[in-house]
Amino acid sequence: MAAPVAIHLEFGGGAELLVDGVKDHHVTLPSQPEPWDVKQLLVWIRQNLLKERPELFVQGDSVRPGILVLINDADWELMGELDYQLQDQDNVVFISTLHGG
Amino acid sequence: MCQVEEEYHGPLQREELPSVSKQCMKCKEAGAAVVIRAGDAYCRGCFKEYFIHKFRAMLGKNRLIFPGEKVLLAVSGGPSSCSMLSQVQEGLSQNAHKKLRFLPGIVYIDEGGAVGQSVEDRRRTVDQLQAVFRATGFPFLVVPLEQVLDLPSSVVLSAPGAPEWKAGAYKAAVDHFLLSDGSSGVTAQQQQETPPLEVQEAHTHSLQRLLGSARTLTAREELLNTLRQHLLVHTARSAGYSKVMLGDSCTRLAVKLLSSISLGRGAQLAHDTGFSDSRYGDIILVRPMRDYSAKEIAYYNRMFSVPSVFTAGLETKTADKSSIQRLTESFVTKLQADFPSTVSTIYRTSEKLQSCKSLASAGGDRCLLCVCALDTAAENASAFSATLISEQLSQTQSPEQSRPAPEAPPPASQCCSAVGGEACGNRGGGCCSSAEASEPPPLRSLLCYSCQLTIKDLSSEEVLPHYILSEAQRRLRRSQLREEIRDFLLEDEADEG
Repeated sequence: MAAPVAIHLEFGGGAELLVDGVKDHHVTLPSQPEPWDVKQLLVWIRQNLLKERPELFVQGDSVRPGILVLINDADWELMGELDYQLQDQDNVVFISTLHGG
Repeated sequence: MCQVEEEYHGPLQREELPSVSKQCMKCKEAGAAVVIRAGDAYCRGCFKEYFIHKFRAMLGKNRLIFPGEKVLLAVSGGPSSCSMLSQVQEGLSQNAHKKLRFLPGIVYIDEGGAVGQSVEDRRRTVDQLQAVFRATGFPFLVVPLEQVLDLPSSVVLSAPGAPEWKAGAYKAAVDHFLLSDGSSGVTAQQQQETPPLEVQEAHTHSLQRLLGSARTLTAREELLNTLRQHLLVHTARSAGYSKVMLGDSCTRLAVKLLSSISLGRGAQLAHDTGFSDSRYGDIILVRPMRDYSAKEIAYYNRMFSVPSVFTAGLETKTADKSSIQRLTESFVTKLQADFPSTVSTIYRTSEKLQSCKSLASAGGDRCLLCVCALDTAAENASAFSATLISEQLSQTQSPEQSRPAPEAPPPASQCCSAVGGEACGNRGGGCCSSAEASEPPPLRSLLCYSCQLTIKDLSSEEVLPHYILSEAQRRLRRSQLREEIRDFLLEDEADEG
């Protein structure tokens, strides 16, 4: 049983439009049997934060191509992408590089 | 030989990431922060160095921007152009031998009216950007897109170009600049506060009517691009700038390359996506960011807090298939996700393109909208004329359109094939447009293939800005005149030839 995880989410480059235009979100992920990883975080975001057009943010298991992810200011490719296990106080940033956001 | 029953081993497997090392591949000390190309991990410091070096290398390699020259930076507020702005700032603050030596100014085109933003939203965006621009200390202009309605028709003419620079000219200019104590020139520019131009509501409405008359998002985007470019060139001309820097990134250009081909702009690709674009003659458009991928730019802006201002555009929150440009973008980014060299491969192709010299020669006729050399003076047996014929055949024949195909009138086709493309061009397209002049939409004869398609998607040509319509009339009158005195002209040319 993992404890709840408090993390800071940021949306930029137009991705914030999908989450009510708010760039910064301080959220606490509830405790669950397994530790939280990025894959589950995306599911959680889809259910709790995305207000409209979820297909413009998540596609399949992962984020839509063209949206960059940084975990604690480092490329998520260095952190194991979807399998990275979130720690308390982690900082996750989503930046859209698509034209028009 | 190919085997008929060659064995393929199931679906392609995605290669396991070569467990990117957590260390910077360059200094091999600091922990990595960014993965640029597949597997190349850089730390913060090395990434910054690499990024800054690339900008200077791009300008240095091309030797296009002369010391002391006035250069207008077109900043939209997006990540790429804001990054360009910060790179120019960075370059001007370097120590002597590395320093950039041109005089930058900034222009922001406020497109809020075109995409339906409220006056307050536009105000807010402009305020944010003005704060960014003020911090740079460069002079800046904020121009609402509505201004495009008041442009003079000279915008769509290609002005006589700057004198051809010879091979040694750049070196000579640098030496001259150094001798004349370059510092005096650079500090000359003062930042002036120009009050942002007030926008009349009526203008916003007519701009919206113009863009709204486009039946497809594809045409609307093309139209907006064209208008924006005209306004940029006009602003540069009237403020005395000779170069305009655009912030197109490598990813953007890859998308633009593929969508341009789909839009029938193959002949103009070299201009649309190359490093420098001299179609306007006196004003040269430059794309110094074309070596950076969107990812690099986004990471750099994030890590070194380069300010940018997000504004929603026409494509914001639209579905993948809403326009050709949007669909191409999603195609490229999706492919890029699994094959990380997609963008760079497309981009390398664009580097090698060159515009056809005979078309680009000064005398040739140019498209009324995109100001590229017309590609419609094609021979009879070309793909273009085949498209025209099949278009004609597929239309239900109304009485007035039952006239024979354009190449039928013997004098016109004769002159086209006999005198050849160049002569056609010299005579202001008299012969080629004469064949089509009697067709219902005469405007089409003045446009390149792709712009014809865009205009065809408009519900009415009347909504086009005045400067385009009046220039169109002028050109049509001229070609009519030419038509009337054609016999004399032909003799002239025969003598010369």
